[in-house]
Amino acid sequence: MNSTFAEPPKTADDREIGVRCRGVVKEFGDGETRIRVLHEIDVDVLTSKLTLLVGPSGCGKTTLISIVAGLLDATEGEVELFGELQSKLRGRRLVDFRAANVGFVFQQYNLLPALTAAENVSVPLLIQGWTRAKALVHAHEVLEQVGLADKFNSLPSQLSGGQQQRVAIARALVHGPRLLVCDEPTAALDAHSGRTVMELLKRVAVEAGRSVIVVTHDSRVLEYGDRTIEMADGRITRVA
Amino acid sequence: MNWVAWKMLTGDRAKYLGTVFGVAFGVLLISQQTSIFVGIIKRTASQVIDVREPDFWVMDPYTQNADDIKPLSESDLYRVRGVSGVEWAVPLYKGQTRARTETGHFWQSIVIGVDDQSLVGAPTKMLQGNLADLRRPDSVIIDDIGYGLLWPGEPKVLGREVEMNDRRAVVVGICDVSSPFFTFPVIFTRYSLALNYVPPQRRQMSFVVGRVTPSANQAEVLRAIDEQTSLRALDNRDFLWMVVGYYLRNTGIPVNFGITILLGFLVGAAIAGQTFYLFTLENLKQFGALKAMGLRNGRLIGMVLLQATVVGIIGYCLGIGMTAAFFEFTADLNPNLRGLHLLPEIAAGTAVVVVFIVLLASVMSLRKVLILEPAVVFRG
Repeated sequence: MNSTFAEPPKTADDREIGVRCRGVVKEFGDGETRIRVLHEIDVDVLTSKLTLLVGPSGCGKTTLISIVAGLLDATEGEVELFGELQSKLRGRRLVDFRAANVGFVFQQYNLLPALTAAENVSVPLLIQGWTRAKALVHAHEVLEQVGLADKFNSLPSQLSGGQQQRVAIARALVHGPRLLVCDEPTAALDAHSGRTVMELLKRVAVEAGRSVIVVTHDSRVLEYGDRTIEMADGRITRVA
Repeated sequence: MNWVAWKMLTGDRAKYLGTVFGVAFGVLLISQQTSIFVGIIKRTASQVIDVREPDFWVMDPYTQNADDIKPLSESDLYRVRGVSGVEWAVPLYKGQTRARTETGHFWQSIVIGVDDQSLVGAPTKMLQGNLADLRRPDSVIIDDIGYGLLWPGEPKVLGREVEMNDRRAVVVGICDVSSPFFTFPVIFTRYSLALNYVPPQRRQMSFVVGRVTPSANQAEVLRAIDEQTSLRALDNRDFLWMVVGYYLRNTGIPVNFGITILLGFLVGAAIAGQTFYLFTLENLKQFGALKAMGLRNGRLIGMVLLQATVVGIIGYCLGIGMTAAFFEFTADLNPNLRGLHLLPEIAAGTAVVVVFIVLLASVMSLRKVLILEPAVVFRG
């Protein structure tokens, strides 16, 4: 099947590793209340693969993807995103890099309730300065790709959970990011919707050469992962 | 992104209306209470405001307000007229007496005695009758509300008689006047008649009012009157502020109303500010998602300020409209509320206050938005 999702730009040498974490440490708090939640994480996330990040609650999965996505700063260590060292991207440059290269899919969808499906999908393009009309046209195309051609003008409240998550995926992909970060994307969905969402994520990862990280507790989706990274107590315990 | 901000603001109709009406109610409280305060204070100088022809007032040097008057002697009038630069000067009587109707109704009333020849000081807006009829024997003109107090529920006709200080007076006209401080009838008559309608005193002239020749310097002429007569001459504006200042200094009005206005401001600010602040807080997760997607803080500030501006403008217009409507509809229902209205200065001042409140709420909200970690979007 041909995909019309926006293709992420290729780096010059088009390396297989999209995200490289080396010695990543994250600590919260100060003094005696200081707590280390990530312990020298070394891990790579490959392109064109769907990587599952699994582990018990509180093991540091969300903190790790927040750092990888540039939402949190690591206390120590380096994160390299498609050849760019995050530590060299500060302030506005990091925000702009994130806007251009990272897409997010959240557990609770985080769609803007006042916007229609198409309008929600167009938001990342508006952030990048597209005109509203042009952004909506492209948003329609992407919504068609996720099977929601008949839901352009539906508000999130008029959509099922699975449909909302597909809108969220369309929003995450509309600007052609190289990294897709998904936080428990199937947690709030029934089995059928969960499968649909995972198949969609797998397709956009493999076909478009992206790095896709999916944080999950959901054992039903393990079969979709090309790689599985297991975490416990802030450490990587297994990569398979 | 302005369009997204607009949709976020108006998407939930109930929240949007709640926020707008929060601001509108705050505006109503502030502008209405301030208008009532200003209206009541203005009433203390209503008789000064209504006398339009002269441009100066001469009174005893120790006079503190327009109701507590030490009368002048007849010779003071001629001394004022003798000052160089005075174009004309006439006597004006202002006092109180009890007016009784043929039915036995009586009201303490304000009597204004205007110059017999020029009728300077007479009402400027006649509702019934002619001002010239004031020259007829025993004639008086009474204000519209006062007429209703003396003859409650009766049709307003001319020719009725009223008794003051055992002297008969005939109503030859009904006029409109600025509301007095107390809800008393205001009765206009000629100066010579007014002296008969009040208990006799050795001196009876309340004020000399007059005008400075156009070529003369008003301040210099007033100073000359002060020096040559040992009286005090004030222009209309200074006299008005002297009267207002007296009531502000010597009555509980400013304190009581000040507290009411302050409470109105605080309650209004709390309602307006808090509703907008809560609106932003409720959208914090959405702002977090936008930040995660790469929206810069500058654009977020722009979005919140746009929402604040829209809420502020619509809420202000609604609130000012409600205040104007309140005075419009209540003026006819209750005579005690007549003359109270929304002044342009109060509308403008309230706008400044609303800008301040909305900006304050925006800054408080923005602080939350700006320090918001975008990673918050990953916390369920």
